[in-house]
Amino acid sequence: MKALRHLLSMDDLDRDDIEYLLDLTERYVEVSERKIPRIPALRGKTVALVFFEDSTRTRVSFATAAGRLSADTLGFDVGRSSVNKGESLRDTIETISAMGIHCIVLRHFGAGAPWRVREWTDASIVNGGDGRNQHPTQSLADLFTARQHLGDLDGRRIAIVGDIKNSRVARSNAIGFSKMGAEVIFVAPRTLLPASLEGWPVKVTHNLDEVIESIDVCYLLRMQLERQNDAAVPTLREFHHEFGLTTARADRLRDDALIMHPGPMNRDVEIAGVVADRPNAVITEQVSNGVAVRMAVLFVLIGSRLDLVEEQSAVA
Amino acid sequence: MRTLAIRGATVIDAQGSRRADVVVGDEGRILAVGSGLTADSSLDAGDCIVSPGLVDLHVHLRQPGNEEAETIETGARAAALGGFTAVVAMPNTDPAMDCVSVVSEVQALGSTAVCDVVPSAAISVGRRGEALSPMAELVRAGVRIFTDDGSGVQDDRLMRTALEYASSLQHLCGDETIVLAQHCEVESLSRGGFMHEGEWSSWLGIPGQPSEAEELMVMRDIALCRLTGARVHFQHMSTAGSVSMIRAAKAAGLPVTAEAATHHFSLTDACCASYDPVFKVHPPLRTEADVAAVKEGLIDGTIDAIATDHAPHAPKSKQQTFADAPPGMLGLETAFAVANTHLDMPIESLLAAMSWRPAAIAGLTADHGGLISEGCPANLAVIDPNVAWTVSAAEMASRSSNTPYDGMGLRGRVRHTIYKGEAVVVDGEAQR
Repeated sequence: MKALRHLLSMDDLDRDDIEYLLDLTERYVEVSERKIPRIPALRGKTVALVFFEDSTRTRVSFATAAGRLSADTLGFDVGRSSVNKGESLRDTIETISAMGIHCIVLRHFGAGAPWRVREWTDASIVNGGDGRNQHPTQSLADLFTARQHLGDLDGRRIAIVGDIKNSRVARSNAIGFSKMGAEVIFVAPRTLLPASLEGWPVKVTHNLDEVIESIDVCYLLRMQLERQNDAAVPTLREFHHEFGLTTARADRLRDDALIMHPGPMNRDVEIAGVVADRPNAVITEQVSNGVAVRMAVLFVLIGSRLDLVEEQSAVA
Repeated sequence: MRTLAIRGATVIDAQGSRRADVVVGDEGRILAVGSGLTADSSLDAGDCIVSPGLVDLHVHLRQPGNEEAETIETGARAAALGGFTAVVAMPNTDPAMDCVSVVSEVQALGSTAVCDVVPSAAISVGRRGEALSPMAELVRAGVRIFTDDGSGVQDDRLMRTALEYASSLQHLCGDETIVLAQHCEVESLSRGGFMHEGEWSSWLGIPGQPSEAEELMVMRDIALCRLTGARVHFQHMSTAGSVSMIRAAKAAGLPVTAEAATHHFSLTDACCASYDPVFKVHPPLRTEADVAAVKEGLIDGTIDAIATDHAPHAPKSKQQTFADAPPGMLGLETAFAVANTHLDMPIESLLAAMSWRPAAIAGLTADHGGLISEGCPANLAVIDPNVAWTVSAAEMASRSSNTPYDGMGLRGRVRHTIYKGEAVVVDGEAQR
C-alpha cells in the first residue's frame, strides 16, 4: 500500500489500502489467538492515547493493540475541562509531543481535531473518533468483520440505521463500505440524517421495512440518549418501533444477514435486546477484531519500513 | 499651519471623478483642490485615487476587556492602514458598551487614535436581550447606532419596544438618525451550529446552522420596521434569501439599510474543509449562490455598505478545534483590496459603499464621506487600485493575525491615509 503517515478519515484510504490493512489484520488476529499474544514489531515505539472524550472501550482497544505489538503506551485523559482551563489544543499537543512519542491516538469531541493536531506535532496521528465526523478504525473493524462472514463485499447491501446525523461511525462506514463495492443505505427519519447528502455514495430511506428483507448487513447505531433535550424523535419507544431493529423485523432478515452495532448498545432502543444475542449478531466479534485492526493500523503508520516489507511478504 | 499636497491622483467623491491635486492643512481641512498645487510637503499619488476616507460600520476593537486580541490603538492603526478614517466600534466588549461610563471610556481611548472611533451601544443591558439599555442617556453621550451585535435580540416584544423607544429620542440628536442595527440570528435554530449548514457541513461532520436562522430574523425585523416605522440596519447580510427580502423591503419604502462583510462576498463554506477555525465566523461563510447574491445586492444597491466585521482573536483562541474556537476574522487591512478584487462594480460605486453611504448611515457626514473640496474635512484615503500584493498574516498591524486571506493575492491597496489633515499612513506604513 502507499506510505501512510496519518489515518484521519476513511477517505484517506483507497480500496487497495483497505484490502491491505484487512489482510494484515488477518495476521494479527492469528497473533491475538496465540498463547502469548505479543510480537516485538513496535518495540521501542511509544503510542500516546490522548482522549478528550471518555471512551473506555476505544482506549482499551488501542492500548491492547499497542501492547500486543510491544509498543509503550502513555495515557492522557485530558477531558473536556482542559479547554475551559484556558490551555489551547496546541499547547496540550505540544506538551505531549515533547515526551518523545511516535504516534498519537486522538479522541476528541470536536470534528476536525486531528487535522488541527497534525500541524503541531511530528508524531503520526490516528483518529480515534472526532465529534460526529470520522472513526476510521471502527470502520476497518466493521469491514473486516463483514468480510470474514460474507467474503467479498462487492454488491452487498448494508443498511446503516438510526442516529446517522450524530454518528462518526456512519460517516466512516458510508465511505468504507462503498469503497469496498457495497451498496450503502441510510435508514432514519430526517431529523437523524445530515442536512445534505449531496454527493454521498449512499441511498436513503425512512422506512426500514422497505429494505429489511434484501440487506446483507443491518448496522444499528447508538442513539444519543444524552441529547434528548434536543430530541429528534418524540420518544425512544416510538423510535424503537418505527425505526429500530425490532424482533419482528429481525425475523424478516435473511438467514445469513449480519446484525452489527459499534457499541455501546442501548438494548430495546435501536435494537431489541434479544436480537442482539442472536447468532447472526456479530457485535462482540467487532470488538475483538477492533484490536487486530488497530494493530495493523499502528504497524503501518509507525512500524519500520523494513519490518513492513517482511510483513508484506508474509501476507502475500 | 503646515500644509501637505497630494499630487497626481484622480479625485473621486460623491460628485464624480476628476484629475486634481489636493492640499490639506494640519488643522484638519482641505485647503485647495486643483492642478499644479504645491505645499510645505507633498505625497506622490500617481496612478492613485483620492477618496473621502473609508468608513466601517462594523468593527470589534476588543477594548475594554480583551486587550490581548486588540486595543483601540492597534485596531485604529489597522483601520488607518486600510484607508478608514472612521470605524464604528461594536459594543460586545467586557464589560459591554451598554452604559455611558463604558462608552465614555471608549471615546476617551479613541481620542488619541489614528482614526475616529465611533462607539455604538448595546440595545439591551449586558446584551442579554432582557431589558433596554439607557438609550436616551447613550444618545446624549453621542451614540447613534444601537446593536447587541454578536447576538440578535431574540425577543420580539423587546425589539419592538427598542424600535419605538429609539424613534422617540430623535429630538436629542438633531439631523442625525438613531439606527437600530441587528445581528440577525435566531438562536433556537442556530444553536450548536459552527458553520453554514449544507453540503460541506454534512460532509465535514461539523454541526451547521441553516441560512434560515438569519433569514427568520431579517423577516421579523422587516415586519417590526413596518409596524414601528423606525430605522433598522441589517448587519453582515450573508444569504441570498436575506438579500431578496431587503430588496423587497426597500421597494416597499421601508426605512431599512444593510451592510455586507467582505468575507461574505469573497469566501465560501468550502474554506472550512481545512477544519481551520480561521474560517469560523458568524454569520458563517455561505455557499457560492449566496456569495453571488450578496455581490448582486451590492451592485444593485440593495446592500448599502461594505463593512468588515473585523474580529480579532489572540492566536491561542484559534488554536483549537473548529467547534471550540471563537467566531470572527480580521478585515480592516484587507477590506478595500478584497472588495476591489472580488466585486465587478465601478470604482465610484465601490467607494460609495465603503465611504459616503456608511458615513450617512452612522450619522458621520459632517466629518467623513463628504466632498473633496476646499473647506471640507481632510479625512482622505489615497488608494492604488491596480497594485497586486499578497496578504501576510504575520505582517498585520492588528494585534491578532486571524486573517482568512493569508497567502492570497489581491489587487488594489491603500497607499496613504490622511486623518484630520495628518498623513497617518504613508506608502503603506503607519506613521504612529
